[in-house]
Amino acid sequence: MISIWFFIGVSLAVNGALILAAGIYQLVNPPVSSGVVLYNLHANVWWGALLLVFGLIYCFKFAPGRQA
Amino acid sequence: MTSLLATSVATRLVHLSPIDVVIVVFYFALVLSIGWYLRGRANTGEDFFMAGREMTAWVAGLSFLSANLGALELMGWAGSAYQYGIMATHAYWIGAIPAMLFLALVMMPFYYISKTHSVPGYLKLRFGEPSRALSAISFALMTVLMSGVNMFAMAKVMQIVLGWDINFSIWVSSLTVAIYVTLGGLRSAIFNEVLQFFLIWAGALLIPILGLYEAGGWTHLKLQIAQRASEQYVHVWSGLGSFSNNPMGINWFGIVFGLGAVISMGYWTTDFLVVQRILAAKDIRSAEMAPIIGAGFKMLVPIIVILPGLLGLAVLPEKLVPESVAAVTGAHSYNDVLPLMLARYCGPGLLGLGVTALIAGFMSGMAGNVSAFTTVWTYDIYRPFINSKSSDHHYVNMGRWTTVIGVLISVGTAYLVMQFASIMDYVQALFSFFIAPLFGTVVLGMLWKRTTGPGGFWGLLCGTLSSISMWAWVKVDPSALRYVALSPHAKGLAQDYYQALWSFIVCVVVTVVVSLATKPMPDGELTGLVYGLTEVPSVGNLPLYQKPLFWAAVVTVVFIALNIVFW
Repeated sequence: MISIWFFIGVSLAVNGALILAAGIYQLVNPPVSSGVVLYNLHANVWWGALLLVFGLIYCFKFAPGRQA
Repeated sequence: MTSLLATSVATRLVHLSPIDVVIVVFYFALVLSIGWYLRGRANTGEDFFMAGREMTAWVAGLSFLSANLGALELMGWAGSAYQYGIMATHAYWIGAIPAMLFLALVMMPFYYISKTHSVPGYLKLRFGEPSRALSAISFALMTVLMSGVNMFAMAKVMQIVLGWDINFSIWVSSLTVAIYVTLGGLRSAIFNEVLQFFLIWAGALLIPILGLYEAGGWTHLKLQIAQRASEQYVHVWSGLGSFSNNPMGINWFGIVFGLGAVISMGYWTTDFLVVQRILAAKDIRSAEMAPIIGAGFKMLVPIIVILPGLLGLAVLPEKLVPESVAAVTGAHSYNDVLPLMLARYCGPGLLGLGVTALIAGFMSGMAGNVSAFTTVWTYDIYRPFINSKSSDHHYVNMGRWTTVIGVLISVGTAYLVMQFASIMDYVQALFSFFIAPLFGTVVLGMLWKRTTGPGGFWGLLCGTLSSISMWAWVKVDPSALRYVALSPHAKGLAQDYYQALWSFIVCVVVTVVVSLATKPMPDGELTGLVYGLTEVPSVGNLPLYQKPLFWAAVVTVVFIALNIVFW
């Protein structure tokens, strides 16, 4: 049976990848007015990367093939 | 919650970009995939209704916490933090932690070793059919109605925040929940609740991080709040000496005994919606550890709920107003603070994750209601009173059909509330009537062997009726609140807390009097159900750091320290 933690890893990894991609796109193509406070911190880049790494660790650690 | 919906705002609070929509759609696809994957693991009653009783402490504990971590609660308590300051944290600390630890160490062994399927099921074992019938019917009715009320409330929030059509929100979310719970039963509900827990933290944690950065840290935040509101807004206890010294209009006695000793005990130890998650634990140690793990994380929830409300006080340029004022002026209300903070800091992608967290919170709460309703209907109403001789397979099918019917009743309730908004007040009030007396009945039944079946039944009934009477009294004559809450300065929340306290006292007194006047139950019938007549199973010869008692002590120390630090 696939572990619940694997599903969580998939969720975090996919969401992280999408958020990171959106952040990188904004870095390359800065909006004229983002409307977001503290935009200069580019939170979607580092938060997306964090979720992606965290999600991938879970995916790897709880991958179906690795379960006893 | 009612006030959360009072406004009808023409303009949406946030606008989703295509990447945000992709994140929301991915969430729906994932929860349906989990339900589809688990469909083959819900073929027996134990699998469908109790998730096979094989959940680990972490899964059961996070699910136990998530079932209560609904989107409306997050938005409502963030709004309360803006309105009342850090005192709103009482709902997460004294209003939860002692009760969770009490459940883990005192009550859970009895629930667990009795192998009951539900809280009404325990009442049947301890007090007989009348108590079970009263508890099961009231719980089933209120659970499914509350699910409908929450469904409408969330659809309304989605309309206000995102501009989504109410019918779209109601049908998409309810059909999704119906599909994955029907397919996978409680296991599917639990898996999605754990997923929701992670999504909520992933989607909401960025707000306090960026908010504190903008405010210049906690010390500067406190100064700004003191300037814009009051210094009292950053103290948890110091203003609770009297009703008039704090914005909540309550005193320490009401918080400690009304909220901490009765309401939260009632909710966290007898509301089957949350207790069902613990009953699915794989062994006694996991069943005891699960609420302790839940308590540990519950203490942290104010970071993503209360702190954004406080930050809103400090950094938002506009001043938020009560719902009644917002309805007239079109300004943003207190309850808008969380989505406003989300829109303030979250760009494309992050906004989608935040909105997904809100949707996930709503859907898992609804799944919790539906799965609890299904179990109580099938095991505590249908099987004992309608059809007691069918096969396990028949009851599983009944559970699947009940899931669908329960969702449809919820949808019907949602549309009823849409037509007659005042129904929501009555349904929410009805739900609160049963919690405090039920705790009195269950805890006396577990701890005092002299409690009899008639004592339990009449105590539960009289406690419930007293709660209804007090509520009706204040409804007819609002000035009666001074008598219920014992102060002319008492405000709304004080009524809830003191009403619960009085109904608990009525329940206990009636139970004791009737029990002493009726024939004691033989000790042999109480084995496994009552303290003193039951050999509480040991968690085994484990190292100290694996023992539930050790972690309960750790949580207690942190709980006390937090209250002192933010005194």
